[in-house]
Amino acid sequence: MQRKAIFNNKLLPYLLLAPQLAITFVFFFWPAGEAIWYSFIRQDAFGISKQFVWFENFTDLFADPLYHQVIINTVIFSVAVTVLAMGLALGLAVLADRHIRGKDGYRTLLIWPYAVAPAVAAILYIFLFHPDIGLIGRALKAAGVAWNYTLNGNQAMLVVVLAAAWKQVSYNFLFFLAGLQSIPRSVLEAAAIDGASPLHRFRTVIFPLLSPTTFFLLVINITYAFFDTFGIIDALTKGGPGNATQTLIYRAYIDGRVNLDIGSSSAQSVVLMIAVMALTLVQFRFIERKVHY
Amino acid sequence: MNRRDILLGTGGLLAAPFIAPSVRAQGRTEIQFWYGLGGALGERVAEQVTRFNESQSRFRVNANFRGSYVEVMTGAIAAWRAGTPPHIAQVFEVGTATMMAAGPAIRPTHELLGEVGITLDPKRYLAGVRGYYSDTQGRLVSMPHNSSSAVMWINLEAFEKAGLSTTDLPKTWAEIRAAAQRIKATNAAEIPISTAWPTWVMFEQMSSMHDVGLASKANGFEGLDAEMNLAAPIFTKHTNMLLEMQREGTFVYGGRDADGFASFPAGKAAMSFNSSAGRAQVQREAKFRWASVMLPYHDDVLQSPRNGVIGGASLWTLTARNRTAEEYRGVAEFYRFISEVEQDKWWHHVTGYVPLTLAAYEASRAEGFYAQNPGADAAIIQLSRAEPTPNSQGFRLGGFVEIRNIIQEELERGFQGQQNTETLLANANRRANVVLRNFERANRR
Amino acid sequence: MAEARNSIAAPMGMAGSNPRADMLTHIILVLGVLLFALPIWIVLMGSTHDAATIGRGEVPLLPGAEAAANYGAVWNQGNKQRAGVPVSTMMFNSAIMALLITFGKIAISIISAYAVAFFSFPGRMLFFWAIFITLMLPVEVRIFPTFQVVSDLGLVNTYAGLIVPLIASATATLLFRQFFLTIPDELVEAAKMDGAGPIRFFKDVVLPLSATNIAALFVILFVYGWNQYLWPLLVTTSTDVETIMIGIVKMLGSQGDTEWHLVMATTVLALLPPVAIVILMQRWFVKGLVETEK
Repeated sequence: MQRKAIFNNKLLPYLLLAPQLAITFVFFFWPAGEAIWYSFIRQDAFGISKQFVWFENFTDLFADPLYHQVIINTVIFSVAVTVLAMGLALGLAVLADRHIRGKDGYRTLLIWPYAVAPAVAAILYIFLFHPDIGLIGRALKAAGVAWNYTLNGNQAMLVVVLAAAWKQVSYNFLFFLAGLQSIPRSVLEAAAIDGASPLHRFRTVIFPLLSPTTFFLLVINITYAFFDTFGIIDALTKGGPGNATQTLIYRAYIDGRVNLDIGSSSAQSVVLMIAVMALTLVQFRFIERKVHY
Repeated sequence: MNRRDILLGTGGLLAAPFIAPSVRAQGRTEIQFWYGLGGALGERVAEQVTRFNESQSRFRVNANFRGSYVEVMTGAIAAWRAGTPPHIAQVFEVGTATMMAAGPAIRPTHELLGEVGITLDPKRYLAGVRGYYSDTQGRLVSMPHNSSSAVMWINLEAFEKAGLSTTDLPKTWAEIRAAAQRIKATNAAEIPISTAWPTWVMFEQMSSMHDVGLASKANGFEGLDAEMNLAAPIFTKHTNMLLEMQREGTFVYGGRDADGFASFPAGKAAMSFNSSAGRAQVQREAKFRWASVMLPYHDDVLQSPRNGVIGGASLWTLTARNRTAEEYRGVAEFYRFISEVEQDKWWHHVTGYVPLTLAAYEASRAEGFYAQNPGADAAIIQLSRAEPTPNSQGFRLGGFVEIRNIIQEELERGFQGQQNTETLLANANRRANVVLRNFERANRR
Repeated sequence: MAEARNSIAAPMGMAGSNPRADMLTHIILVLGVLLFALPIWIVLMGSTHDAATIGRGEVPLLPGAEAAANYGAVWNQGNKQRAGVPVSTMMFNSAIMALLITFGKIAISIISAYAVAFFSFPGRMLFFWAIFITLMLPVEVRIFPTFQVVSDLGLVNTYAGLIVPLIASATATLLFRQFFLTIPDELVEAAKMDGAGPIRFFKDVVLPLSATNIAALFVILFVYGWNQYLWPLLVTTSTDVETIMIGIVKMLGSQGDTEWHLVMATTVLALLPPVAIVILMQRWFVKGLVETEK
């Protein structure tokens, strides 16, 4: 994607990019490069004995049938979180953008969940969902639902999806709202005068104008679901029951930070990066073409 | 102030370190101590350090909260790899094998004390505590700090309601099961039995108490080539019982780690198992009469159970290139200080952890501490009631955190009805052995 | 997804001409707010009860009697005993960190997105991807090498070590790029015809147009900075710069000895600055709307 009207300075763009690139190279590429190097090495936690093992960390990984289960979990989890978080946020943003009384109040209240610190959110999930002490968990049991996410894999997946989406809805809401606010009123009025039905107007006028925001959020939400959700999973299910809610990032996190298996964790990070890079490349290639600018 | 001034100001601020490196502030040698206990217990750690700092004027220990146990351990390892580790790191008991395998990174406690001429007789420490942190020659490798053991918690009012005795409490698993069935039949509590830390309570404690190794090579003490021993009859018997009890509704699984214990102080569970360090919570939250007693055993397997195994953390001395003899001296002095009977007794009373030394236990008993706090000695007796055997002195298994999780996962699959006892244990055994072999390969030098 | 459907069926963006549709909108929004604010409500109510209530799992939905005592304890001495650092100091530290991260991220991202969107130069897409990739591999899974780099640069225990590694922002760069691509070519042409260079065009046209997006980002990034936990914990070993997040985690016990009422009171206090930011930024949202209007 490139615009037609551009400036022609030779040096300026590099200067503008320099600070961001410098930080990225020093604090991301350098350590990430080392992480890739680690994926070919077997070492103890302290890095005292290191041994180059070629692709052994990778072959061990893919020989593990549980890792295949983890890949499937990740796909289900990411799709569910993205669809739920974006759908709900779009709906709420469209409503909050209507010129009704008290819209500032709604807007403020809908953004709060994002401000809750992860450490505290973790506790809240237990207070809400735990079958024995959780508010919702007990209500469900009282209503006759056999609720126990500590032993029911599907329920566990549902809980982590809800918790992960809950956090991200606020984020999406904010950007959808900003996107809606940026649409000039005159465009909306013109469409209204044409007499098209509200649904038709949304599909033909508003949604296309929102598509740059939607595309941005799509990319962000998928990377969020892939990379930023291990804290939620750790707080709620720790990947269980069995391995029902283990995702790729959760496993990489546990193997690296808790199990201190640096070789395997690095190999998993590499796999994860390649997967998501491929996915985003596809998004930029095929979806962005359809984005209306 | 224009924009450039602000930028310059920020630059200056950014470059400044928070504190000038003060290795010898006020003539005292500084010792960095990273710990991972939050809440009230974390305050006690800070207080313990303050007491040391006030007791002498040569050293100053800086106690630094560094997050959870996992975060302290990763943080300390990251810092060691970067060349700036703390002098002392508090490491949870499951990290023992990893630390012990880290040869040049650590200074074993017995060596440290020997160098500065301090003698601390290992026999002074509680058997179950000492064993866990010793090498095969019985010499302390890390410094015992905060230890607990698993105990059973009983809601006496639920027992009363079910018509069970509240003085003659069940001691064996057979009795426990009968009591649980009674509680279910009389509807005296929502949940007859729950548990925290499923692997620690149901596998590690049972292994130790019944004198059957969880793994070969004395649970890994005698070498990295240990193999899991989950096929042993005691594990089959115990797992079978748990699965049956879950099916009949007398045992309710409440999640991993400490999640399953929440139902006890809430008054919903009649019996539960958790660390003895959970006492403060129960004291504050439970609105009913309760008791804490030793863990049950299978009396058809053995008549007098061995010692239980500890949980908690110990202190590890980390090495660094520029570390001076004086700094090591300070670490040793701190270790000596916390082992003093008075200090140890204070620690035991205010935290609920077991005392490190037998002397502090005797002194507490003489003072009538356990008469005032019935059941507070259950964990101590359980840890010291027998001289540890190679099967009951503790675990020295590489990747033990992961092994604990594997057992939990397979247990969950069993509770879900996806596999029977034999498959469950065989799967756990196989997966845990993979972890042991990986650790062995990574730490071979 | 029923909610989204209903909203679409309601008249869009028009002044409330249809009372029934307005009512429906209110109902759905109230439901949404209830759903999303329930956990916050629990924290707020929990902070007004005693320790045992929450510990027992009796999640309170109505206020208790301990509000004054709890907040007093937290603000005044409760945390002084605990950490040697009062809540006010921790909040100040968090605010400094969050603001520096936010300004840093917005500043370096808006200029790099400007370069990518408005210039044509060799390596343009390569650089864009280089920035974009940082979305992947969070610091939690590359902790050893990252710490090593910061340590090698001598930045452990400095503000630079705390803040600079966090201010590269793929999110902000991507958002600004998306937005810049929607700026009509005619505007650029007109500016060029007026003799405006890229810097003046940036200052006079792009920056004002970006107000709404900057506001949205400011909220998100401030909260991101405010909630940082692992990185500050790793690179700082001085309690002088302890942030509120570390303070909260420090209050969480590991053996059920957590004083939930105080944790929740601290959480509410910790929520205030991000929420204040959200409320203040509402004005920018409106401003952004007005400015695109002219």
